[in-house]
Amino acid sequence: MTRFLTIAFLALASLAAPAVAQDTPGPLRIEITEGVIEPLPFALPQFIAGPGAEDQAADITRVIAADLSGTGLFREIPRDAHISPITSFDSPVQYADWQAINAQALITGSVTIEGGQLVVRFRLFDVFSNEPLGAGLQFVGSPDSWRRMAHNVADNVYERITGESGYFDSRVAFVHEEGPKNARLKRIAIMDYDGANVQYLTDSRSLVLAPRFAPDGQTLLFTSYESGSPRLYTLDLATVSRRPLSDHLNGTMSFAPRFSPDGDRIVFSLEQGGNTDIYLMDVATGMQTQLTEAPSIETAPSFSPDGTQIVFESDRSGSQQIYIMPATGGEARRISQGEGRYGTPVWSPRGDLIAFTNQQSGRFHIGVMRTDGSEERLLTSSFLDEGPTWAPNGRVIMFTRETAGTDGAPAIYSVDISGRNLQRVATPGMASDPAWSPLNN
Amino acid sequence: MKLLLKLTLLVAVLGLGACANNRYLGDTTINPNAAGAAGDPNSVAYFNQTVGDRVLFLVDQSSLTPTAEATLDDQADWLLRNMEYTALIEGHADEQGTREYNLALGARRAASVQAYLISRGVSASRLNTISYGKERPIEICSNESCYAQNRRAVTVLSAGLGS
Repeated sequence: MTRFLTIAFLALASLAAPAVAQDTPGPLRIEITEGVIEPLPFALPQFIAGPGAEDQAADITRVIAADLSGTGLFREIPRDAHISPITSFDSPVQYADWQAINAQALITGSVTIEGGQLVVRFRLFDVFSNEPLGAGLQFVGSPDSWRRMAHNVADNVYERITGESGYFDSRVAFVHEEGPKNARLKRIAIMDYDGANVQYLTDSRSLVLAPRFAPDGQTLLFTSYESGSPRLYTLDLATVSRRPLSDHLNGTMSFAPRFSPDGDRIVFSLEQGGNTDIYLMDVATGMQTQLTEAPSIETAPSFSPDGTQIVFESDRSGSQQIYIMPATGGEARRISQGEGRYGTPVWSPRGDLIAFTNQQSGRFHIGVMRTDGSEERLLTSSFLDEGPTWAPNGRVIMFTRETAGTDGAPAIYSVDISGRNLQRVATPGMASDPAWSPLNN
Repeated sequence: MKLLLKLTLLVAVLGLGACANNRYLGDTTINPNAAGAAGDPNSVAYFNQTVGDRVLFLVDQSSLTPTAEATLDDQADWLLRNMEYTALIEGHADEQGTREYNLALGARRAASVQAYLISRGVSASRLNTISYGKERPIEICSNESCYAQNRRAVTVLSAGLGS
């Protein structure tokens, strides 16, 4: 992005109290793996505004609250229930007043403008333990980066309470769609994970499909019909310039690309003479290696986070199923064992799960399974759900949901891996093919 | 006033054209002058309407039905009579499938048409293929009556571009 942003990340000297040890059992803890039924109540008084920072203080507080509440793990206690107002960032916390309204977590903060820079400070308190949870933190950035600073505060709160990294300071690339179902126009676009700051990266002259992030979050891979037939392009997000990925054999189709975790290789599907197989391309040299060689359809490849294996779909058994093979090719083992057809496998960034699309009895589902196919869980069900993408922390999945009929339209949804907290993600219009970025740098 | 009238007429003609031909033609544009009258058996219009420019497929299949083969026999005859035309065969799928799989399935369908036309004597150099997967439905309802029309391979003619 061209937008200037630096975030200084310092502990406040005045608050150098030791952080609560990670292994201390306390009430202020969410185990995400359990699936949360009762969200943790938190109080978030509006951050104290310095001169001229009133709007930013309100906006930043609002975004932090939306981030936390949006997870389904936290619930904000309305401000009109607060007993003691926070009038100064440094005044002592009246724990009893927050206990009385059953706030388990209290987040306080300030927003000031210092030397043209926006300075955001915050503290997190474990209300029922009568103590801060972790040190106070300060973020410094340009005023137009206020959203990222809010997401950083929320990520810190999430991390301290759940013990897992957050995902709020991240982006989503997707396909923006316009027009009737039989004349759709598509554009690659990017936005913050919460739908803010939408930017269009291609025009609608050429059909484009399925953007995918490079591991550094600075480059997208996508498929475009710009040259007449589908082939792969990279798009530099800083300059919004795209280029075709390599020489392309006429009469063939390249699609379904994804980067390797080190960013040095791209795995993709190449179709020749009606047959689709999986290939690996070295980004630096353009050298291609064929990884599968079968008359069946092999597509939708995705690397394991350690780069040693590739999960993909194939109809070699007679119907679409999910397989894992070494990243160098070779023998593949089938992992999908349930009912129906399985496609679009994506390896979790944590390495533990594969997300997929399942199709059975005329319905589509997004699901997750372990890498050996066990513990399969279908998380969603609709007329058409497809194309999961993982949050950077491997706890939430976004996907495309398309409605049926002549007015059928795609939208982006998110769901957590326990199947809870299904939500529609805000987009300016119809949207499909989400790709969640790594955490922003 | 005259100019305005002409413009209006032009718009009307374009409007009609759009109605009569609302299907997606891919990136290939057909020269309307070359199309000729539908009564002329060597016209593009005749190929599209009388011969039939498309064949349909069963669910998740790329093998040709007897009906499809009969259509392709006629397409091959037409192409052998009209050597100045090349064809782009577009493979399509219905919406009941994931995006990548449907792209691959559309490619299989296009290739199956291409192979059949070649077997009937049409030179491979005159036949290109492309797949749109489920990206370009012609019918937009979400039931079998529409899906059946969308599972198709369309032979799109192009004049004077023999390679």
